Amino acid sequence: MTFDLGTGLFVFMLATFIGLEVIRKVSPLLHTPLMSLTNAISAISVVGAIIITGNKDATMATKILGFIAITAVVTNIVSGFLITDRMVKMFKKRETKK
Amino acid sequence: MLNLVNYLYIISAGLFVLSLKWLNSPVSARRGVFAGEIGMLVAVTGAFIQAYPVYNLEWIVSAIVIGTAVGIPIAYIMPMTAVPQRTALSHACGALAAALVGTAELYQRQPKAAEELSGFVMVALMLETLLGFLTFTGSLMAMGKLQEVLPQRPITYKNQNLVNFFLFAIAVVLAVRLILVPTDTYLFPFFALLSLLFGVLLIIPIGGADMPTVIAILNSYAGLSACAMGFVLGNKLLVVAGALDGSSGLILSIIMCKAMNRSFTNVLFGAFGQIQTSTAKQEQRNVRSASPEEAASILESAGSVIIVPGYGLAVAQAQHKIRELYDNLMRRGVNVKFAIHPVAGRMPGHMNVLLAEADIPYDRLVEMDEINGEFPQCDVALVIGANDVTNPKARTDKGSPIYGMPILDVDKAHTVMVIKRSMNPGFAGIDNDLYYMDKTLMLFGDAKGFVTEIVKELPARAAA
Repeated sequence: MTFDLGTGLFVFMLATFIGLEVIRKVSPLLHTPLMSLTNAISAISVVGAIIITGNKDATMATKILGFIAITAVVTNIVSGFLITDRMVKMFKKRETKK
Repeated sequence: MLNLVNYLYIISAGLFVLSLKWLNSPVSARRGVFAGEIGMLVAVTGAFIQAYPVYNLEWIVSAIVIGTAVGIPIAYIMPMTAVPQRTALSHACGALAAALVGTAELYQRQPKAAEELSGFVMVALMLETLLGFLTFTGSLMAMGKLQEVLPQRPITYKNQNLVNFFLFAIAVVLAVRLILVPTDTYLFPFFALLSLLFGVLLIIPIGGADMPTVIAILNSYAGLSACAMGFVLGNKLLVVAGALDGSSGLILSIIMCKAMNRSFTNVLFGAFGQIQTSTAKQEQRNVRSASPEEAASILESAGSVIIVPGYGLAVAQAQHKIRELYDNLMRRGVNVKFAIHPVAGRMPGHMNVLLAEADIPYDRLVEMDEINGEFPQCDVALVIGANDVTNPKARTDKGSPIYGMPILDVDKAHTVMVIKRSMNPGFAGIDNDLYYMDKTLMLFGDAKGFVTEIVKELPARAAA
């Protein structure tokens, strides 16, 4: 699965513009959750790490590097999404009388 | 099979965009997180199908198990005051992963170097590893500073920028050589070491108060290295997700820079906080101080109070005590609001998260531009652990390093109260004129302790 440079840059440009537009609208209230959410999303490199580690020809070195990489990004995915959820749950509009 | 993978990746990319879109308001934010989680699940499923038949499954699965086992406790045990450190740590983890995958790709593809490591793939691979390695060590340095393991003051030495530039130039030369001759792998370890070293050198001269910008920039780099990985692997989902992260970091760092009236280059190479310490004139000026009792009676009789929180609040973990003060005053009919400066704290939005954790409704947290018009009508401005963002010198003193930085107009309130441990100047080492004004009362003490005292005084008075 490959693409040529042109397609890649095209996708990159469009995604950057979408990102800029969408993120500009994020309320400053939520800038900290935004950062931990994008952090979890950028752990998408897990895809690359799985593909290279799962390769038939993976050498020992590749397996070790891949193992460390997967551990690191899965930590990011799990803690990133959970902590973002923990944060956004805290934002309440009015006091709810208990 | 490949078609299915493509569809899964498209769905995942769409979910990521929606996830960020829903984060625009606290009402839909949880849905946003959920969309992100599903997107990631779809992506991982796609990866397994694409790699099918998956070899070395025991390596992959055990890594996933360990990562999950580490990630869950981090998410639940970590206190909200430590969010900046955790964020820096996760930037480091993400960047390390990208760098290691890049390294593995380089060596793995050597036998077929001619077809698989040519042209733009090699450029992308070098970018991925460069950004990955430097963000890894840079984020660790940032984390050390935030955790106060490393000194928060900028660490500087002679010709620092020159040395950094020189090292960076060597790294670039090595990278170019590797791009032209991908089989020269003996050069790669040197390139990796230089990138790691450059990450350290880039962050140590940056002071603690600039951390919001630095974290945002590192966020952007971590995203871009994932994006470069997408180019290496020919995977559009990685390009999209990396670009989203990259643009998010970019926007946040621009917001942070604007809020300090400084440029990127100034933050990265300016070594803020060095200039002033030597030139500060030590003239004795009088300040008025007050006891918790006096502070309580002033707050009680006020009609409106604006609380200005800063990093000191996070250090003292005073958010829950402030919530008690807020409740108490609101019950007495005092209109209490919070003024949030964009760079208050150690990362973008830091104060909002702390105050939300203490159950303060978010419609009480007001941004700088909106609240500044309210200070002239406000009876009491209570500054808790904030300093430079309230310094009127930013408006008046052209010689001051913070001149031109947008500040909260605290000095326009009828009465100003400042909770502060001592008269030591703040991080930037700049004396704050606010403290010497006739209408200013200094409340000396630890933020949490002092607020506790004030709260104690309040009910006693109501009963009397």
